[in-house]
Amino acid sequence: MTNTPHISVQNLNLYYGTRQALKNININIPDKKVTSFIGPSGCGKTSLLKTFNRLHDSALDVRVAGKVLVDGENIYDKQVEVTHIRKKMGLLSQRPFPLPLSIYGNVAYGPKLHGVKDKPLLDALVEQRLKEVALWDEVKDRLHTPATGLSIGQQQRLCLARGLAVEPEIILGDEPTSALDPKSTHKVEELFLELKNKYTIVLVTHILRQARRVSDYIVFVYDGQIIEFGPTEELLLNPKEELTKDYIRGFFS
Amino acid sequence: MPDTRRLLKERIAGTAMLVLTAVSILLTAAIGIGLYIRSEPLLARHSLGSLLTSSVWKPMKGEFGFFPFIMGTLWVTCLALFIALPLSLLSAIYLSEYAAPRIRRMVVPIVDLLSGIPPVVYGVWGVLFVVPLIQRSAGTDVTHFTSGYSVLAGAIVLAVMIFPLLISILFEVFSGVPLEMKNASLSLGATQWQTIKFVLLKKSAPGILAATALAVSRSFGETIAVLMVCGNMPLAPHAVTDACYPLPALIANNYGEMLSVPMYDSALLFAAFILFVIIFLFNLLSRIVLARIEKNLV
Ligand SMILES: Nc1ncnc2c1ncn2[C@@H]1O[C@H](COP(=O)(O)OP(=O)(O)OP(=O)(O)O)[C@@H](O)[C@H]1O
Ligand SMILES: [Mg+2]
Repeated sequence: MTNTPHISVQNLNLYYGTRQALKNININIPDKKVTSFIGPSGCGKTSLLKTFNRLHDSALDVRVAGKVLVDGENIYDKQVEVTHIRKKMGLLSQRPFPLPLSIYGNVAYGPKLHGVKDKPLLDALVEQRLKEVALWDEVKDRLHTPATGLSIGQQQRLCLARGLAVEPEIILGDEPTSALDPKSTHKVEELFLELKNKYTIVLVTHILRQARRVSDYIVFVYDGQIIEFGPTEELLLNPKEELTKDYIRGFFS
Repeated sequence: MPDTRRLLKERIAGTAMLVLTAVSILLTAAIGIGLYIRSEPLLARHSLGSLLTSSVWKPMKGEFGFFPFIMGTLWVTCLALFIALPLSLLSAIYLSEYAAPRIRRMVVPIVDLLSGIPPVVYGVWGVLFVVPLIQRSAGTDVTHFTSGYSVLAGAIVLAVMIFPLLISILFEVFSGVPLEMKNASLSLGATQWQTIKFVLLKKSAPGILAATALAVSRSFGETIAVLMVCGNMPLAPHAVTDACYPLPALIANNYGEMLSVPMYDSALLFAAFILFVIIFLFNLLSRIVLARIEKNLV
């Protein structure tokens, strides 16, 4: 890793009530690369991803201890304004959740929040983002219809466009293809490969083949701990830890 | 042949439900038609227009103007909603979005309990506390004199009565908005309040409307508590401190009493018919609006 880390997690612990879900996490996520988190269900991948944009804030019995530095700034510092942190990241969840607005309204939502009022500018922005996720041609004639009228695959791309519209530096994807058919999955994966030139991408995935196809680095998480971290091929073909070996063997045998 | 039996059961269940639904619809229609038939004698003498727009209520002289009662009903209901809706929206938002689980667990059952208190208790509370309060705060100036028995008193009592109903429905509606959807808004840099305004309320719009419709229907028909505090003067109100006489109060106060007066029972049943039509139209209207909202946004 020659790049300076974009996100740096230091001694991070997370508790749901009294149950510890993340145990002393330390990791540096490189800039403008795709880093994938893999690991069995319930190991804490989603929990970890949510700490990156402080989505645990509103949950009441969740406690986060430790540091997460984004661009060198500890986002858990008291002075830090949470909206400013979140604006730096676009989030894709396991299933698409379009806002209860039109297609246009979804993409324009972020920019409007942050003060873009000029109609032609918004129009241009929406078009640009929808083109960026290869959705424009499919929806350009029905921009002002409800976003829920789209297929799930289209909705997921719309959610990506919506995230990109706030000009984030980082894209967080929590199994963003788990609800998609193979064709849509392929499209989203291709998008990630294109987007990684401009964005740092953090991906949670269950699918090892997907991790292999799109990521530069892989992190193996097990039972709330990071077991191993390394460049994709190295980790998949040559894992050092027994647990990683077992997990990977389970998939490729 | 287990399969034919299953299909048979399915068919019986389907038919039974259809019959029950039909019965309840027919019953409602029968009430409406029955009321209309019983008001015929009155309608035969006076034109519908004059009955609805006249303000003269002199049953002894055979003059029946329903305008004051219709206005009384509308004023009290609208004002009650005006008071209750914002308050219950804020309370429900607080409960579902901000309150700690401990508080939520405590408050929600209390709210449900409140909706079980009999109306007459609210009425007594109105007479003992709300009416004197209004009388005192209106001042002694002759032009503003009020006995306290007024539209406002009725509206406050009604608002307090529909408050728990509204809160508990709205709370359910808000709780139904997926966390991930709110997170999607937050993760775009929206504040919690922006998320509530643009996502929670928007997503809940049909539910809010349905809750409101239910509360309004309930208010239109509420009788005893309103009757106790409204003053029951057959004059159309001009200010919230004026007394008024809503339709249900008119019917409850007089039915069975002055039926020796010619046409009087016919007039009271016509009052019931008007109430029926108001509620029917209101429900129809809210259906239409609901359909509109749902078509535009899901
Ligand atoms: N809100 C919560 N309250 C309590 N425990 C939770 C909560 N969310 C997650 N957990 C627990 O924390 C652990 C980690 O969950 P998490 O969702 O991060 O797993 P995951 O790796 O994303 O799993 P999956 O691959 O199935 O999505 C699990 O044991 C889960 O049961
Ligand atoms: Mg998960």
